[in-house]
Amino acid sequence: MFLPDFDYHAPETLAEACDLVRDLGPSAKVLAGGTDLLIKLKHGLVTPTAVISLKALDELKTITHVPGRGVVIGARATHNDLVNSPLLHERFLSVSEAAHKLANNQVRNRGTVGGNLVNAIPSADLPPILIALDAWITLVGSNTSRTVPLHSFFTGPSCCVIDPVDEILTEIVLPDQQTTGSTYLKFALRRSGALSVTGVAVAVTMDGDTIVDSRICLGAVFPVPVRANDAEDLLRGKTWSDELLAEAGEAASCCALPITDIRGTAEYRLDLVRVLTKRALKRAITEGHV
Amino acid sequence: METIDDTRKTTAGPKPKRYVIDLTVNGDPRTVVVKGNALLVNVLRDELDLTGTKKGCELGDCGSCTVLLDGIPVDACLVLALEADGCDIVTIEGVAAHGELDRLQATFVDKAAVQCGYCTPGMILSAKALLTKNPHPTEPEIRAAIAGNLCRCTGYVNIVKAIAAAAEIETAATESGEAR
Repeated sequence: MFLPDFDYHAPETLAEACDLVRDLGPSAKVLAGGTDLLIKLKHGLVTPTAVISLKALDELKTITHVPGRGVVIGARATHNDLVNSPLLHERFLSVSEAAHKLANNQVRNRGTVGGNLVNAIPSADLPPILIALDAWITLVGSNTSRTVPLHSFFTGPSCCVIDPVDEILTEIVLPDQQTTGSTYLKFALRRSGALSVTGVAVAVTMDGDTIVDSRICLGAVFPVPVRANDAEDLLRGKTWSDELLAEAGEAASCCALPITDIRGTAEYRLDLVRVLTKRALKRAITEGHV
Repeated sequence: METIDDTRKTTAGPKPKRYVIDLTVNGDPRTVVVKGNALLVNVLRDELDLTGTKKGCELGDCGSCTVLLDGIPVDACLVLALEADGCDIVTIEGVAAHGELDRLQATFVDKAAVQCGYCTPGMILSAKALLTKNPHPTEPEIRAAIAGNLCRCTGYVNIVKAIAAAAEIETAATESGEAR
């Protein structure tokens, strides 16, 4: 397949990388894992004259717990880094599980968390679980640094608030939190290497049998990953039961606005939201962060 | 990971730029001059004549181009050659050693896991990475490890059997070694 010519830059520091992004402007693209960017290049969807690789920035590859901040995931951590992280296994196994549901082994070895977010595909698997866990991200520019809650990061299919001519996504932070359980359920047409038809992530805070709070995030049923606020309101402060979770599923499907495409019809997706929300809530309530 | 030394950049004409990269391919140090847009799979096949690595979908779906990059299976069609600068690469040509088939290759032959053969190099490298990490995989683990390698002859049953047999031979060898 044809790839257009471009210059290649591999800056050795984040500051250098930010300067390059600013200086080269819209003619340059940032390369992390390449599993999305190279496909876009092959399809001619983007035609940069320069590529800025982040491969030398090993400080963006770590997954650590910083007291007071939470679990800090470097943007260049690969999906398999999430799958194999003992820290995530201990605190948020649900994030490792969500990463494992994505694509196939070879792609998980190259693709990065930051790339998955910036690519902003509505059916992406990581945004729902990260939003359910109230993640926020850091965007670093040549002279600026800002933090953005992940739920307000996405603005549309393939669109997000990052400034493509000045900013690099450097880290994803899962803050220390009260939540007692979380999970991500995905329905796809194959068990591996398939985009999700619908994905539902939930995080719950339980006090005995009472749902103190919950966050429900739906993937692939809206132009951006969307919170199911109606379902969350319905659950708040109630004692959980199968009937209540079924009602929450109904409420969640009212928050979705899916399209019909090659993977499923809108009606089917709405029904998936209803069922997956119910199942995900039960799993998070009874099994914790899985 | 080693990065490109700017002083080693050579420019043949005004555009496009060319870059010198060092790879270790199947144990041999190789130096190649590539353009920014060169893909690892094309460098292996066209520059280094290692055509055992196949090209299928070129979009990271089929796994025919699987190679081990620093021991980890990746799709060589989705890796820029420049990204692999300084890395250790194993292709299917580097699996057999000293004129003898690797255990996996031998069991692929024994179990008739090869039909048209196009997916086989990728299958073997994915399986090799699995057995290195997990010498005693279960069947679901084997299936998960080769989920990114598609076989259009649909010979999966025998491929899974071959990988399981290679793992068993390894287990037997370890146990008899311990008995001695």
